[in-house]
Amino acid sequence: MVSIDVWNASVDFPIFDAKSRSLKKLALGKVGGKIGSEGRVPIIEALHDINLSIKEGDRVGLVGHNGAGKSTLLRLLAGIYEPTRGSSRIVGKVAPVFDLGVGMDPEISGYENIMIRGLFLGMTRKEMEKRVDDIAEFTELGDYLQMPLRTYSTGMRVRLALGVVTSIDPEILLLDEGIGAVDAAFLGKARDRLKDLVARSGLLVFASHSDEFLFELCDTGLWMDEGQVKMQGDLREIVTSYKGYDPYERFTPETLDRISQAPVLSGNGGE
Amino acid sequence: MRQAWAHRELWGHLGWQDIKQRYRRSVIGPLWITISMGTTALALGLLYSQLFNEDTSTFLPYVTAGFVIWAFILGCVTEGTDVFIANEGLIKHLPAPITVHVLRLVWRQVLFFAHNMIVYVIVVAIFFTSLDHPYKLGSDPVIKPGLSWNILLVFPGFALLAINAVWIALLFGIISTRFRDIPPVVNSFINLVFFMTPIVWHAGVLHRVTGDQGGGNWRLLIAELNPVYHYIEVVRAPMIGHPIMWHHWAIVGAFTIIGWTLALVALRNWRARVSYWV
Repeated sequence: MVSIDVWNASVDFPIFDAKSRSLKKLALGKVGGKIGSEGRVPIIEALHDINLSIKEGDRVGLVGHNGAGKSTLLRLLAGIYEPTRGSSRIVGKVAPVFDLGVGMDPEISGYENIMIRGLFLGMTRKEMEKRVDDIAEFTELGDYLQMPLRTYSTGMRVRLALGVVTSIDPEILLLDEGIGAVDAAFLGKARDRLKDLVARSGLLVFASHSDEFLFELCDTGLWMDEGQVKMQGDLREIVTSYKGYDPYERFTPETLDRISQAPVLSGNGGE
Repeated sequence: MRQAWAHRELWGHLGWQDIKQRYRRSVIGPLWITISMGTTALALGLLYSQLFNEDTSTFLPYVTAGFVIWAFILGCVTEGTDVFIANEGLIKHLPAPITVHVLRLVWRQVLFFAHNMIVYVIVVAIFFTSLDHPYKLGSDPVIKPGLSWNILLVFPGFALLAINAVWIALLFGIISTRFRDIPPVVNSFINLVFFMTPIVWHAGVLHRVTGDQGGGNWRLLIAELNPVYHYIEVVRAPMIGHPIMWHHWAIVGAFTIIGWTLALVALRNWRARVSYWV
């Protein structure tokens, strides 16, 4: 059973500057004694007292202002940060797509990048070799896969990254904003594949500022504000209170059409 | 650690990639590693054999072997202090055990070492006739037994060295991610270690300096108290037919146990903190 549970978790970043990172400070500090807060490392509390329970089949859209803690939360869910207080339990194979530039080597070819990313996500070389054709077909990159990655456009990199994570049958898919660089046709394809994945087994957490993407991929919402969960529930309600307007009023009919697989809005389309 | 072993294909692949990568756009390719090592060892060997007035045919293989091993230690220590800082992006973006980065580093250095061994093989082939029988290394009073089947000891010796390289990179990596003064300290200190260690000179010289044969024991301590000397000797002695001294093995073994204990304690306590510190 795939699930993520987080109990009272906080993530505190120590802010080391040249002084507090230095050994000298540590050694001399003992002698001189601590003066007020000078001896302490200042801390930024990126996440505060988070309680979450995400279960199989959930597709959660993450919204919030810049610096609200969306990316940090995603990294907490990925197991990259362990909570400094509280606890978390992640059951399932995690596939994160955060920064598309990271973990990809611009000098080597698309194929080799596929291989490395797959290995990083816990696959073996043989398993990846089997999937390469599938990825090539899905990404529609064709012969470009032989070219070094530095010749790729941003959208092509997104395709590659999405191709890899969706091909390895992940159970927990974590997407950060930035996948918006792909064109509409590919997005439709990606959406089908992602939905398929989540339906098979798994869950999705997706952080984005674009209403359209959120509604295409997610059904529930989570509003982060100043490192805390401000609201959690139905995506439409969340976005309405976050943005101050009902997002459905601003969608074009075509978008609504696409989203309308969800039963909620059938009567609500159009402006 | 066990998780990292499960990821062996990953770091194995990445290590290879690092090497291929470095020479992707160059013509001679990986041979550059060998060539640069060859010229350095040759120059140092010739220079110091003249300075110390030693016989080039035995001194040059000695310097080459020592220098090849030193390059491995140097790479593991200096890059080890930097291992998590340099991989910040990967650590923050992909949930893989941090030991993967350490193993990738050591594996890459092992591959470099293998490249450099070509130089050693060439040098030994050239001077084989002066090494295959008991010989004296310059002014060293101890007679060297010459090359024999003992040369096979180089494999366990190097394996031991590589095992030590892992804990060194792991421990130094964790500490210097937290305290950023460590890498510059290590980098400036390591040059001193190079000159303090019998690599371009040999421990026998210490006898000559004191002017007697064996009475100058306190000077020998300069070498004996230096842990790097023991590490080098474990691999170097079989490579050039020097007598195998078991006390080097014992000391290196003790360091292995102590070092791994420290590194595992550090790993247990601070593994989760590394992603916060980078």
